[in-house]
Amino acid sequence: MIRAFVFVIANLLGVSTVLASGGDGVPLKHVDVNFSDKAALYRGAETYLARCATCHSAKYMRYGRVATDLKLNEKQLAALLPPGAKPGSEMMGFMSEDYAKETFGVVPPDLSLIARVKGADWIYTYLTSFYADPTKRWGVNNAVFPDVGMPDVFAAEQGVLQPVYKDVKLPDGSIDKRLSHLEGPLIPGSMSPAEFDQTVKDLVSFMVYMSEPAKMQRMAYGPYVLIFILLFTVLMYFVKKEYWRDIKKVPDSD
Amino acid sequence: MADIPVNSARRRFLTGSATAVGAVGMGFVGVPFLSSFEPSAKAEAAGAPVDINIAKLVPGQMVTVAWRGQPIYVVNRTDKMIEALPSLDSQLLDPDSKQVTQQPQYADNFYRSRKKSIFVVVGICTHLGCAPTYRPEVAPKDLGPEWKGGFFCPCHGSKYDLAGRVYKSMPAPLNLLVPDYIFASEDLIRVGVAEKKA
Amino acid sequence: MIKKLGKWVDDRLPISHFWNAHLAQYYVPRNFNFWYFFGSTLLAIFVIQIVTGIWLAMSYKPSAAEAFNSVEYIMRDVHWGWLIRYMHSTGASFFFIAVYLHMFRGMMYGSYKKPRELIWIFGVLILLALMAEAFMGYLLPWGQMSFWGAQVIISLFGSIPYIGPDLALWIRGDYVVSDVTLNRFFALHVIALPLVLLFLIGGHIMALHEVGSNNPDGREIKNNKDEHGKPVDGIPFHPYYTVKDLLGLGVFLFLFALVIFYWPDGGGKFLEAPNFIPADPLKTPEHIAPVWYFAPHYAILRAIPDKFLGVIAMGSAIMIFFFMPWIDRGMTKSIRYRSLAFKVILFAFVIAFISLGYLGTQPVSYWHTLFARIFTVIYFGFFVALFVVSRVEKTKPVPERLT
Repeated sequence: MIRAFVFVIANLLGVSTVLASGGDGVPLKHVDVNFSDKAALYRGAETYLARCATCHSAKYMRYGRVATDLKLNEKQLAALLPPGAKPGSEMMGFMSEDYAKETFGVVPPDLSLIARVKGADWIYTYLTSFYADPTKRWGVNNAVFPDVGMPDVFAAEQGVLQPVYKDVKLPDGSIDKRLSHLEGPLIPGSMSPAEFDQTVKDLVSFMVYMSEPAKMQRMAYGPYVLIFILLFTVLMYFVKKEYWRDIKKVPDSD
Repeated sequence: MADIPVNSARRRFLTGSATAVGAVGMGFVGVPFLSSFEPSAKAEAAGAPVDINIAKLVPGQMVTVAWRGQPIYVVNRTDKMIEALPSLDSQLLDPDSKQVTQQPQYADNFYRSRKKSIFVVVGICTHLGCAPTYRPEVAPKDLGPEWKGGFFCPCHGSKYDLAGRVYKSMPAPLNLLVPDYIFASEDLIRVGVAEKKA
Repeated sequence: MIKKLGKWVDDRLPISHFWNAHLAQYYVPRNFNFWYFFGSTLLAIFVIQIVTGIWLAMSYKPSAAEAFNSVEYIMRDVHWGWLIRYMHSTGASFFFIAVYLHMFRGMMYGSYKKPRELIWIFGVLILLALMAEAFMGYLLPWGQMSFWGAQVIISLFGSIPYIGPDLALWIRGDYVVSDVTLNRFFALHVIALPLVLLFLIGGHIMALHEVGSNNPDGREIKNNKDEHGKPVDGIPFHPYYTVKDLLGLGVFLFLFALVIFYWPDGGGKFLEAPNFIPADPLKTPEHIAPVWYFAPHYAILRAIPDKFLGVIAMGSAIMIFFFMPWIDRGMTKSIRYRSLAFKVILFAFVIAFISLGYLGTQPVSYWHTLFARIFTVIYFGFFVALFVVSRVEKTKPVPERLT
């Protein structure tokens, strides 16, 4: 009875964690984020600050926190700090709202929590799915986020992917041109596909970290808390058994 | 109710251990709640060390900078000001800075600073917390002919010399507080840091 | 010395009387099973929510401009703030898991039957207060789901004929869910409803102690007393159930910690992804769904094509529980001795409740609506069937002594 109950509940809870659908139901590529790989997170931090922070703020993240969690030394922290920022400073954006609206049509969203909203898989697929589209403002479009206002930040490293379209017949008989898949760039990027992939994965890992720095602490403390509670529970089990020896199982004429 | 003899020793042991573990557990649980009272990262960021550039501070001039919500006075003392300090000892309550709470070790000399010419002090009167005014002039009318320059608190009349040392018989009981600071460079004072990191 | 101090206090406050009457000499059936843990579990969760809530209120800012920021401040800048926040959010979900299981126990063993009707009524009132408390608490992070969930639910009140729009305006304090609404929900959530809950829980336990607990056999232990006036099938609550409930507490804390440290988002059910976006009155999220514990009721609401009738149905789904003691007309309390028919309809009810819960989290579609309607019929059908079955069912004889 209880087992069936638990089974049903477990399945209900298995519903997806985040809003994990790409545009037009593009399947998302999976990325494993490993919080114990501090070197990868640091690389991701460097990439983030070099390529994303110019336009995007991450106003809930402090530089000093990154240094503490990633166990960076003085020099590494100093390398991350932009001019005028202190370790306690938050990662504010460098672009004014007016300029942003003028240039991009929209203020680039704050990225502090984006990984908790979209999930790692979405961001990873998004960042690797820009493709050439001369009809758009920056000459690129995105398979996961159609008509996005963001330019292809990694065009130089990845090369610009080429779209392959397919004809889709609509219910009313007309033909619609839809994106089928993306192919390799005409001019290769400065990074090999494997290198680029790793770069984006590291960046995504950093963004996942940024959305919940506390994850490091809770993963660290978790085992100890559980073991302690287990110890208490086991002790209480024996205490209970001991006291309940007073109670006879089957009632008699006592 | 039961005809099995109660093993009270075992019962006591088990109950005791469970209680002990429970008490320890409650102690552990208390830690996050009590620690959450500590200054948050935001408070620490707001209270972070402050840099003061004194390249343009001329002799005799004082500049005030905020640190942790407190006014910090930085005075560029002239040679005359420094020379006058020892002569005031007999009029002062604590001329040798014996009260260790009022200055870091490097400031327990007669000029109460790292460098004689630069005086860094918290501009809060040790009586009831007003901000003393900077009175560098010698023998002004209201402070008398003996006045060799110093700080005068307008609230209740406490007087301090140009090393922040309080005069005798003042409402204020202590010398002005010298904060932790270092010279990050020749012209840069960093208030809120005790030692320069190697 | 301690003894003297103890006696001094005891001469002036009924401490030892309380200890005896409600713990050491308070007799309770010997055969409580797993289903009887949830009462004490709920008390523990209530305490946890109050304590973590107090601590959160030290840093949380109840204004539209600052609320979202203050929650991230708690998560990142306040020492151990993340743990206190997760304890509170996880606690809210565990509160409802425990409440639903606790109610189910009542339904299985007929705990609402005479003379325990008032305990049950207090219980349903607690459920209502808890739902209000959770609803108001959920607005506080001021995320997209917070805002739009509140907007939708308050507009339901707006559908009540004649008084609706004024009522909705009165609840909001503004023309749209705003800073005004947030601030008042904060006050209600932090102090008003917790006090109401405290009094209701007090009444619930007092009513319980007046008549004594039911048990899985449904046989009243007070009907069978020994020569000392003690129920032969009763045992003192202390130490036997204090010890057993502490064991239950350990198990609960283990599961609680498991979620907090490894799965605080609860698969997107305890902390919902859209709620990590600050509230934007101009941008509606794709799917507005209430938190999982309101999902069954939300499914019932959506199943009815008319807005106001849907509200009536949703309200009735909860209010009908008040009438359980009188809908169930049978004399036999426990499922153990009741008919197969009773077991079938109760099982159907559980399936309906869980299925409605699932459907309430999903976007609307033809099949979802169809099944929501079917399960809504089963949900209410349970009560109708119970009314009939309880009168005509063939029950097994309840044993003299507890098993």
